[in-house]
Parts: sequence; structure tokens; C-alpha cells
Amino acid sequence: MLKVTGIPTTEDVAGVTPPIERLEKGPCAVIECYQKIPCNPCATSCPFGAIVRDNDINELPVIDWEICTGCAICVVNCPGLAIFTVDLSKPGKAMIKLPYEYLPLPQVGEIVDAVDRGGEVVGEAKITKVQEGKAFDRTRLVWLEVPREQAMIVRHFRQKE
Amino acid sequence: MEHREIVVVGGGPAGLCAALQAARLGAKVLLLEGDDRLGGQLIKQTHMFFGSEKQHAGTRGVDISAMLVKELKSMDNVEIRTNAMVIGRYDDGALTVDENDEFKLIYPEKVVFATGASEKMLMFANNDLPGVYGAGAVQTLMNVFGVMPAKKVLMVGAGNIGLIVSYQLMQAGVEIAAILDAGPQIGGYLVHASKIRRAGVPILTRHSVKEAIGTDMVEAAVITQLDESWQPIEGTEKTIECDAICLAVGLSPFADLFWQAGCEMKFIPELGGHVPSRDENMETSIEGIYLAGDVGGIEEASAAMVEGYLAGLNAAVSLGYGLAEAEGLRADLKDQLNDLRSGPVGDKIRSGLAKLQDD
Repeated sequence: MLKVTGIPTTEDVAGVTPPIERLEKGPCAVIECYQKIPCNPCATSCPFGAIVRDNDINELPVIDWEICTGCAICVVNCPGLAIFTVDLSKPGKAMIKLPYEYLPLPQVGEIVDAVDRGGEVVGEAKITKVQEGKAFDRTRLVWLEVPREQAMIVRHFRQKE
Repeated sequence: MEHREIVVVGGGPAGLCAALQAARLGAKVLLLEGDDRLGGQLIKQTHMFFGSEKQHAGTRGVDISAMLVKELKSMDNVEIRTNAMVIGRYDDGALTVDENDEFKLIYPEKVVFATGASEKMLMFANNDLPGVYGAGAVQTLMNVFGVMPAKKVLMVGAGNIGLIVSYQLMQAGVEIAAILDAGPQIGGYLVHASKIRRAGVPILTRHSVKEAIGTDMVEAAVITQLDESWQPIEGTEKTIECDAICLAVGLSPFADLFWQAGCEMKFIPELGGHVPSRDENMETSIEGIYLAGDVGGIEEASAAMVEGYLAGLNAAVSLGYGLAEAEGLRADLKDQLNDLRSGPVGDKIRSGLAKLQDD
């Protein structure tokens, strides 16, 4: 249970997962924020107005998946590092963008261990892009390619020794 | 002997904002900080802040501190002195200050005490071994002085401080053996817990440290599971190898100056212990003494900053500054505090503040 282990349950995750048809059209933000805390940078950073916190910064964010373009601005602006983007538009593969604040940075093309929300290695992933920029404020956006069925499982990675 | 309009004691988030707000309204402000640099806990905070834009959400604490200090230093009506520790407040209103080992007397017309909080200790065998740290010391070593405090740390406390310091340690290349918490649930923000958990660190609720092991320094820790009445369960002891035990088990308001001044104090566990009574303008039972930040109740730095603005505003207004804009500013700051406290994670602080109002 999330409050005891820090790992969201399958039900928690199902509640924030966009419809498969939407993910097949292209990247879309998945907001894995389950606790009402006073916080709203996701909503204020979204250039498209796709994320709303209902005028109360303690409310959970609500995202309109049809407006979201998967640009991942919210991913690098979320203080909780709790937003990811998922893209199922390529057959058989899933592209995941995740926020990353560790060193050393992975290299494009590097094969890394793909890790789930509990910290367990669940397979391998390929690094396809490492983005940084002034607006990112030192949080890097790392693009991972994983098998399609792991789109909602992989949320971290570990570099091989 | 010096006479001053407004003296702000403490250069952390609350004190910086109190000084800024009073100075923005035109008051002459002296900011005294006992440490050799400004920023308090902010300069150790490398994570992006929560809250809303008004409290610089999305910006890292260390950068918030730099912004506040830069504005203060640009103002002609602000004087900043570091290595200036206020050590007393006397009945005639005098503050006694130890400034670079010189003893000074300062008479403020109004004073804001933003003295923060100190860390709690935890009782266990050998807790005086080198390698048993408070989380504040770990952050200071690592983020202020660039010194790696250990190679493998056992973190005690899964509140926001324990979780954030664990994450910072991991970013610095230190291994976290585990994060323990005596309570049944993780006390800090779950997003912090999740990002640490997915990096492979176990979080063990209902667990505590029984003993530190080592001859000259920490070499391991014995941990134990706790039952529902917080008592160790025999037979559940486990030895965890580590070279440091980091304690993040809560804070106590650092309220000595209010005691000495004779302010009315109340014991309110939800606020962290003894805190000064205050009105909604952050003024204590003694006219002209204001407070802001953790010294009035343990909370997040974003709330401390807003309280600082509010205390600075009211101190300035009481001297006749900013009368035209005071009402609008005050209402906005109170709305911000209300926003920060109105959700479920604000339950504790709200109930503590409610008790403060009850007589």
C-alpha cells in the first residue's frame, strides 16, 4: 500500500492511466499523484492548459488527455517527480519519458536495466534521448524505449555496471 | 547602544521574507543572523518547492534563498549582519547580541523573532557514537560544505525531512540502507517516498533503531519492528550494516527568546511543543514582538515564508508604513496560508492553530 511502502497499487495506477487508444495516438502525460498536497506547478507549467487543479492547490490534478500533447514540460516541473509520458504509437514498443536527477547521465543508445515502481529490475530499456535545458532547471528528461507491455510498469532505470 | 526601527532575528525563510516585506513598505530593517551566511534551511534544499507560484513552487530552495537575499541586498533601507547571534531580550526591549565575539545592545521599536527550530534526538544504545547524525548536520555537510557524510546511511524518519535528505544523499552517491519510521504510515509526501522507493530503497514503517554498533564509529545498526503501541517486538531484531545513522525524527520550536521576553507560551504537540501565543497578525502577547516560521509551529518552508511576509508587513504597518496597501497585502497572504494549510496534509497544523486560539 502506497502509504506504507511508497509503492502505488495496481488500482492506484489504473486510476491515472490514459485510455490505450489515446496512448496509441502519441505521447501523453501520466500524472502519478495520489495524495492531496498543496502544489500546482503541473497546472501552471502546462503550455496548453491541459492540467487543472480546480482552483484549490490541494486538489489532485485533473488532466484532459485530448488536449495534452505529451510535451513533458510538466514532467520536469513536477516537484514530486511524479509525472511521466507514455507513447504507444510505434508498434510493439513503448516510449517513456521520465524525470531524472542522478549522475552520471546515461548515453543515447545505452542499454540499461528497466526498473519498476518498487525498484525491481523488470527487463531492459534503450535510452533514446537525454534532454536538458534552461527551462528544465537541472532535471533531465530521459527517453526510454521498452516493450509495449511494460509501458505502465517501467518508471526508473539503472545503468549496468 | 543602537536604536532601530525593525529588527528581524533569523535569516532563514521566515526571517528573509519578514525583512523583505517590511523593507518593501519603506521601514528601516536590521536583519541579524547567528550563522555566517543567510538562508537558513533553504540553502540546503536542492529540490523543487511545492506550493504555488507565490511561494516559488517549482523553484529549488537554494535558488529561492538567492532570490530573496539578492533583493534584500539591493535595498538601501536594509542592513544585514551575519555572525550576529541574538542571545537575550530584556524587559526594556533591549536585544543583546553576540556579534563576531563582541557584545552589543540593540533597541528595536519592533522585533520579529524567526529563530526556527532544533532537531529532536532519539534514545537508543550507543547513540553518542560518531556517525550518528541529525539530518540537518548531514545536509549542512553535504550541501553547504560539499563533504560526503558517509558511504551507507540508515535513515530514521520517513517524514519530509527524512525522505528529502535520503534523496539528496542518493544524488550525492551515498547508499541508503533503509528508511525507518516508527509510525504505521509514511509521514512525508508520498511522491517523495515513491521516487526513493523506485530507486530501490526499502521504507520500513513501524520500525525503529534499537542500538548502534561500533567501537570508534558506527559500523552497523540493530533495528527492530514495533507493535501497535509503539513497543519493540522481541525477536524481530535485524542488523543492518551502515557507517552512519541519520535521525530525522522531528523538530522543536527554538523559542527561548520568547520565554525570556515573557511572552505567553502554550504547549501544543501538533505545533511541535511550546510555542508563543499570537494574534492573526503574528504579534505575540507582548506588543511589538512578532514571530514567523517554525518557531511558532513546525511546518513547510513555504508556509514559513508567507508567515514572514505577514509578520514583516504588520510590524511595518504598526510603525505607520504601507498603510495604503496593507489591507490588500494582508488578505492575500492570509489566503496563501489558508491554501497551503487547507488540505488533508494541513490537518495537524490546523488543529494546532485552533488549539492556540482556545483559552
